[in-house]
Amino acid sequence: MILGKTVRTLGEAARALGLYSVAAMAFSSTLAVSSAIAAPAASAVVPAPVASYTPLKPTPGIGMPVEGGIGLQQQFSKLGEYGEWIHDGVLMPIITVITLFVLLLIVIIAVRYNRRANPVASKTSHNTILEVVWTLVPVLVLIGIAVPSIDLIAKQYKPAPKGALTIKVTGNQWFWTYGYPDNGDFEVVSNMLNLPGQPIINNGVREVGSKPWDGPSHLEVDNRMVVPVGEPIRLQITAADVIHSFAVPSLWFKLDAVPGRINEKVLLVEKPGVYYGQCSELCGAKHGYMPIAVEALPRAQYDAWVLTHAGGVIDGQAKPAAAAAAAAPAMSPGAVATAEATEASASEATAAAE
Amino acid sequence: MATTVPEHFQGHADHHGHADHDHKPSFFARWFMSTNHKDIGTMYLIFAIFAGIIGGAFSGMMRIELAEPGIQYLDIFARWFGATNPDFNSTLHVWNVLITAHGLIMVFFMVMPAMIGGFGNWFVPLMIGAPDMAFPRMNNISFWLTVAGFISLLCSAFVPGGTGLGAGTGWTVYAPLSTTGSPGPAVDFGIFALHLAGAGSIMGAINFITTIFNMRAPGMTMHKMPLFVWSVLVTAFLLLLSLPVLAAAITMLLTDRNFGTTFFDPSGGGDPVLYQHLFWFFGHPEVYIMILPGFGIISQIVSTFSKKPVFGYLGMAYAMVAIGVVGFIVWAHHMYATGMSVNTKMYFTAATMVIAVPTGIKIFSWIATMWGGSVEFKSPMVWAIGFIFLFTVGGVTGVVLANGGVDDVLHDTYYVVAHFHYVLSLGAVTALFAGFYYWFPKMSGRMHSEFLAHVHFWIFFIGVNMIFFPMHFLGLQGMPRRYPDYAEAYQHWNHVATIGYMVMATSLVVWLINMVYAFTAGRKAEDSYWGEGATTLEWTLTSPPPFHQFETLPVIEEAAHH
Repeated sequence: MILGKTVRTLGEAARALGLYSVAAMAFSSTLAVSSAIAAPAASAVVPAPVASYTPLKPTPGIGMPVEGGIGLQQQFSKLGEYGEWIHDGVLMPIITVITLFVLLLIVIIAVRYNRRANPVASKTSHNTILEVVWTLVPVLVLIGIAVPSIDLIAKQYKPAPKGALTIKVTGNQWFWTYGYPDNGDFEVVSNMLNLPGQPIINNGVREVGSKPWDGPSHLEVDNRMVVPVGEPIRLQITAADVIHSFAVPSLWFKLDAVPGRINEKVLLVEKPGVYYGQCSELCGAKHGYMPIAVEALPRAQYDAWVLTHAGGVIDGQAKPAAAAAAAAPAMSPGAVATAEATEASASEATAAAE
Repeated sequence: MATTVPEHFQGHADHHGHADHDHKPSFFARWFMSTNHKDIGTMYLIFAIFAGIIGGAFSGMMRIELAEPGIQYLDIFARWFGATNPDFNSTLHVWNVLITAHGLIMVFFMVMPAMIGGFGNWFVPLMIGAPDMAFPRMNNISFWLTVAGFISLLCSAFVPGGTGLGAGTGWTVYAPLSTTGSPGPAVDFGIFALHLAGAGSIMGAINFITTIFNMRAPGMTMHKMPLFVWSVLVTAFLLLLSLPVLAAAITMLLTDRNFGTTFFDPSGGGDPVLYQHLFWFFGHPEVYIMILPGFGIISQIVSTFSKKPVFGYLGMAYAMVAIGVVGFIVWAHHMYATGMSVNTKMYFTAATMVIAVPTGIKIFSWIATMWGGSVEFKSPMVWAIGFIFLFTVGGVTGVVLANGGVDDVLHDTYYVVAHFHYVLSLGAVTALFAGFYYWFPKMSGRMHSEFLAHVHFWIFFIGVNMIFFPMHFLGLQGMPRRYPDYAEAYQHWNHVATIGYMVMATSLVVWLINMVYAFTAGRKAEDSYWGEGATTLEWTLTSPPPFHQFETLPVIEEAAHH
């Protein structure tokens, strides 16, 4: 029965893959155009056309789980890279060696000290030196682990620099809302896209795969949390009803959304892209259906995205979407100063993290 | 064996007289009004097996649903619980009921009754040379409160609990999901179940502490007690100190739910995180409550089949005491994601890692006990060695999770599920089976089939590793726990785990066949059927032991081994 299902699912997967590549081809031209435009924008000259925002198409396997994967997701934050090193470079080797050592001892016992090989049991039941050794050696190993581990915790609590962008994340049964108080205080409501062939999960929301930029099912949402890339962002996380947890594995980020309490933590995404996560605290029936999608864009594209929202404001100055294109090249001096300050504090934070 | 009969134990012979000591009461009086520790132990074991089958069936329902992405079976399960035309939310709610019931049943109604109520009741008095438990009638009510709690928990599945029938809060019952998030009586039934089971366990703990402190046979000093007795003693203290905190926490939940208090409701000045502190102050010692008696069982078995005394006896006993003590000051490592302060997180990281030291002492001491021994690989020993390896795997992933900074990516993922099933489902349950095969002939008087017991072990070992090892991969890849549905990338290892469940379930059939074999065709068990290595007092008695044993107390000589 299970096997039959596997075959069927495999067939479906193959079909989906076919569709996917067609979609990829159809929109690769669009992508090429937009990246050609984005390149000069990054060198801060002519960001004119980016005002028309198109959601970013996620790269398969980046910011999301990979089929059959056995390790951590690839990391896209300084903390993540550090944490990944602690896990893959320190913890995994140590625990693997310990487990294999115990296994080896058991095998030796099975071979050398079975009843036939060793008919007369020794009566040794004490060995002070041995007992001291197997108490102290683990202590030393644990100290070795604790040093980088405590350091990682310290880095996680580095407060956001002054002037960092604040985004307010609210968990709800069963969707996320993202408030942008620094950009005119508009709010983005983020629902999971419905799954084809399954009951409607969110009324009035389209099915996953109906837009070219849609990522994997169960993870893609209608409105993503868009953030500027390379800047420390202050996430303030709370909940409206029960406890939720805002988690994005590829950004090494997990913080509970607790009603009546605001949890704050810095998010710094290093590369543009879409990074998926899921609610990580049981919150009722549709706990499994309130994913998180973080879309990290260069500042100019982020600004363009901001301006697609009613009431969206850049640097405290409302700009209608149409006018934004013209206004953007000649940023007001204040805005430039802010940008520089942000950049400076960002590099400062980075330096501190190193 | 020289004997002395202290005056104050004469009264315990009741009015039967010595020659009359195997006179058993009538069926109803014996099993429903029982004051005999062995009968109560038997009832606990039967109850635990029954509850374990239900809890295990729930895990089977979950694994079949998780075999592939999408919702396939929850709708059918919703109808089993009595829902007519369930909407999508109440269908999904069934998932949460399954995870909640599976957790609560396995913790409170399977592992604890089997470890403490079952083996503890049976073998603590036998091993310390006592005629019975200190408070036989309290022992009886401990058992029946546990049964009542179980019935209350089962009732909760059929009454409304918010989005559907049953309590869907997870075994942790976090507020406010368990208060404002779950209207209807289901959660109240669940809380009541915990109250009843908790009261039963507290009384059991008092009984064990009193028995072990006051009813040891002459010469059985604390430092001569078998390690299983030490393990139950430490466990009883953990129960006594932690369960009242749980009782308080869930009572506050109850009043928040029904009487308008706001202990955990921020709109009234309460704090949802407070509940988590209270719960885990109980919850972390609870995981040691589940595993410590297993440590004791493994120590007895390893010593018996190596034909050697336990290596580093004092280190082993005090390692358990240390685990018990430190177990009380590490609770918030379950809460790294709640937004605690940096110093708190660092403290709990460091404190949690400390637990690895006494645990390491135990693992190495078991190995040292076998080292140089003349090891016989009888069924209990095979299970015990399986335990040592599986518990090591579960232990080292615990060290990974202890790191608050690493937990930021692993918290509430399948990595955690893998970790705690390695120490509980593969650790505690393996220890239970080890103890079961070790003592089953002593309890029943019939030998089981060694061949089937070995077959049971190997199929079980392969099955559980297939279920839970891939969960490490899923967790590292970010799959959150308590999800009925998942992204396609997670399918491969979920599928492997579901097949593993079926392998594991097959092994349980072998076990049941073995039981049928033992009771129908099993050879009669001798007094000390494991031979010269078995040195504790239960082996001086017949199999099964007389209805009342040690009416003449045994005397432990100075040179006797623990």
